[in-house]
Amino acid sequence: MTDIPNASSSVLKTWLTSDIPQTHLQASCGRAYGAWLAFAANRLALLGLIIVGVLVAVAVFAPLVATSSPIFPDLQHRLLPPGADYWFGTDELGRDIYSRIVYGARLTLYVVVLVAIIAAPVGLLVGTSAGYFGGWVDRVLMRLTDIFLAFPRLILALAFVAALGPGIENAVFAIAITSWPPYARIARAETLSIRRTDYIAAIRLQGASSGRIIWGHVVPLCTSSIIVRVTLDMAGIILTAAGLGFLGLGAQPPLPEWGAMISSGRKFLLDQWWLATIPGIAIFVVSLGFNLLGDGLRDVLDPKSGE
Amino acid sequence: MTSGSHNAAAGRTGWTRRRLPRPIGVVLGAVVTLGLTFLGLLTVTFFIGRVVPIDPVLAAVGDHASATAYERARVELGLNLPLWQQFLVYVKNAAVGDFGESVLTANPVFEDIKRVFPATLELATLGTILGVLFGIPMGVIAAVHKGRWPDQLVRVFGLLGYSVPVFWLGLIGLLLFYAKLDWVAGPGRLDIAYDYIVDPVTGMLLIDSLIAGEMEVFANACSHIALPAIILGYFSLAYISRMTRSFMLEQLGQEYITTARVKGLSETRVIWGHALGNVMVPLVTVIALSYASLLEGSVLTEIVFAWPGLGQYITNSLLQADMNAVLGGTVVVGTVFISLNLLSDLLYRLLDPRAK
Amino acid sequence: MFSTPRAVNEMTAPLLSVRDLCVSFDTRKGLVEAVRGVSFDLGREKLGIVGESGSGKSQAGRALLRLTPPPGRVSAKVLNFDGIDLLSAPDRQLRDLRGGRISMVMQDPKYSLNPVMTVGRQITEAYRAHARASRAEAKTRALEMLDAVRIREPERVYRAYPHEVSGGMGQRIMIAMMLITGPDLLIADEPTSALDVTVQLQVLAILDDLVTQRGMGLIFISHDLNLVASFCDRILVMYGGRVMEEIAASELHQAQHPYTRGLLNCLPQIDARHAALPVLTRDPAWLL
Repeated sequence: MTDIPNASSSVLKTWLTSDIPQTHLQASCGRAYGAWLAFAANRLALLGLIIVGVLVAVAVFAPLVATSSPIFPDLQHRLLPPGADYWFGTDELGRDIYSRIVYGARLTLYVVVLVAIIAAPVGLLVGTSAGYFGGWVDRVLMRLTDIFLAFPRLILALAFVAALGPGIENAVFAIAITSWPPYARIARAETLSIRRTDYIAAIRLQGASSGRIIWGHVVPLCTSSIIVRVTLDMAGIILTAAGLGFLGLGAQPPLPEWGAMISSGRKFLLDQWWLATIPGIAIFVVSLGFNLLGDGLRDVLDPKSGE
Repeated sequence: MTSGSHNAAAGRTGWTRRRLPRPIGVVLGAVVTLGLTFLGLLTVTFFIGRVVPIDPVLAAVGDHASATAYERARVELGLNLPLWQQFLVYVKNAAVGDFGESVLTANPVFEDIKRVFPATLELATLGTILGVLFGIPMGVIAAVHKGRWPDQLVRVFGLLGYSVPVFWLGLIGLLLFYAKLDWVAGPGRLDIAYDYIVDPVTGMLLIDSLIAGEMEVFANACSHIALPAIILGYFSLAYISRMTRSFMLEQLGQEYITTARVKGLSETRVIWGHALGNVMVPLVTVIALSYASLLEGSVLTEIVFAWPGLGQYITNSLLQADMNAVLGGTVVVGTVFISLNLLSDLLYRLLDPRAK
Repeated sequence: MFSTPRAVNEMTAPLLSVRDLCVSFDTRKGLVEAVRGVSFDLGREKLGIVGESGSGKSQAGRALLRLTPPPGRVSAKVLNFDGIDLLSAPDRQLRDLRGGRISMVMQDPKYSLNPVMTVGRQITEAYRAHARASRAEAKTRALEMLDAVRIREPERVYRAYPHEVSGGMGQRIMIAMMLITGPDLLIADEPTSALDVTVQLQVLAILDDLVTQRGMGLIFISHDLNLVASFCDRILVMYGGRVMEEIAASELHQAQHPYTRGLLNCLPQIDARHAALPVLTRDPAWLL
């Protein structure tokens, strides 16, 4: 295709795009490659992936990326505007806002990952059980799901944190318990669609237990839909967590939680606008990244539900 | 659709078997679901209020209560009773609107909420109206011009609305349009000078001031509500335009659209008459859900704009550890939220002629 | 079974004239040519277009109404309806023609009727789009049409929604809706394919009557060779976007083209003498 083909890359490409894969591995890799091509064709989705990638990289390598400590005050350099020394300026305690943003990425990632790890498996479990066993199990579980689905997420998170006390773990817990219902719904829908297929009946005749069937066959089928939904939800989770932080209910000072930074920057909004504005931009960019990524994933993995 | 059996019966008379219309059954089912969900909500709030805190009495009366007040509350809460009995008492109270007394104001929580709720209602309603007024046309235009620049523009505009934190946008809006440009009034519902001029009839200033004929007050109230309503409206618009676009695209691919064109109808008629008519049914559901999410979103907006509504009430109570108030507010918001969710379901089933 | 065809001699100029009609779609996977050079003339007669799925027959029909969905492109040397060049006609004129002088009946009334509008409203809308009439007049006309398509309780059907009527009735409603304006040409795109066999014959009889009574031209698109042969005056056999053969219905059994012969041979006949039904062998040369 190109003028001077690199020998090894064209061999790899031929192997990936072959119409007659020789091994299971080749088929899986080929499918993944095809999906990647479709995904990468969407510029916005690629942008989303890059943003999320940068978030992860910044969070992991925070000590290397940040220029100074995010928590130690430096009262001689309070409220400096963005400039050469302090790229995003300093806050009311003289801390470098850029470094605080960088370390704040860790907190954001922490919240998002924890919520996903808690909510998605719970949703999967509830949904697949409801779909697979049917009958009263289905009715009870779905009633439960509908009840939780109808709860206002932020308000309930507020109430939980009010009772448990502020803190990042409590905020995560509060958000997670209202986030699982959509996954349960998706998992149940997927489960219902394959419950009566012949190959499931065949495995059951061979003596597979329900657990094995659900775990080995039903769950893998739901995975792509759930992944899409989790990614799309992440923006909302970030915004809710930031909202809790803004109210002082998330990570406590001096931790550089972005929402809390906006709250403390509020007093200085008129003259030192950068304290409150820049963390908001960070939240916005990260949310946008997850939204773009989720949209792109959905177009590739589940095209019929997209636009 | 089971075509086989339908046609067999239909062949003789030409009519499909019509199910008797039972909107009553649908409504009853919704009421039962509402009751169950409400019960679930109460279970959660009961759990938060009694089970989670180490000392629920302290949570209810606050740090500064005297020993006698503490004892009284302890008896009132009935903590000597087994947990399930406490729950029954709680449910009974909640059903009549007794959420206990607020630590801060010493009023019954329900009275407090009645006082502050209209402000939130006003804001959420105006926001939803804006969202519908602009969101639906934007969604239609985006669908009709799919792939071209109007579509991209609408999608990006909506996407931004999904990604930006509402409280931050409020702050930036205040900074820009109030502090720097002086286009709108600042936080609060009214300038202090205009307080108490208008009698609260509905609790919604815009309506009350019009009823009283106080045009200056009305203008001032508009100036204050403009920015928060526009911001909430933006969020509503983002959601509504996205869903409208999605529904429109689905409808525009249907055969009856071709039929309409074959009849020689103008494209305007085809889109706004035929396609939109079919879109309105699921769209009504979307609008109800959007209203619900605005009620929730107003919590943070009210903080930023010092808007004396339910959201501010809950958060202030939160920061003062006034559990009764927090939980009472939660139940009220939760109930409205749940009701709107169910209403949207109900509306869908009642409006679609095929679902009767 | 059906009324005798009119002789094609009245008009010197045909009602519809098509030369080298081409419809192509620019898809991501490349150019797809659905119709590749179809030519025919049509007077006030019944023309059948027969072909298997993918032969391009439906797309040819839609192209005549200039309703090819994007990203489709239509081109032709001649596309002329009663002296009007359909290729260069302005949108306004095309809209007047559609529904007014050329109509189309589609396959499945379950999908081709607007589900949230009453039947009556949809019919009167078609009428009022082309004639200045009050609501009451339009309603009267609509009820007359419903009667003409042999619907027994026109008032009740008028107020009903599409999902409340059966397939056969829905298709008759469709016919009423499309003929209420008195068009000169009707394109019927698989009008009976979604119906039960018994209902098919009823609907066809109604169609035949109305078309003959009004002296209309009819293009009947179908995959059913026998049906087309018994119903139409002339037949166009399409394959791969091209016309393989054009033949009078009465002379179908003397068809020359191997594709047509192949189609005829694979139709089961009660008095045939095969041991096994012959399978159509496709010559790739036909696709060129």
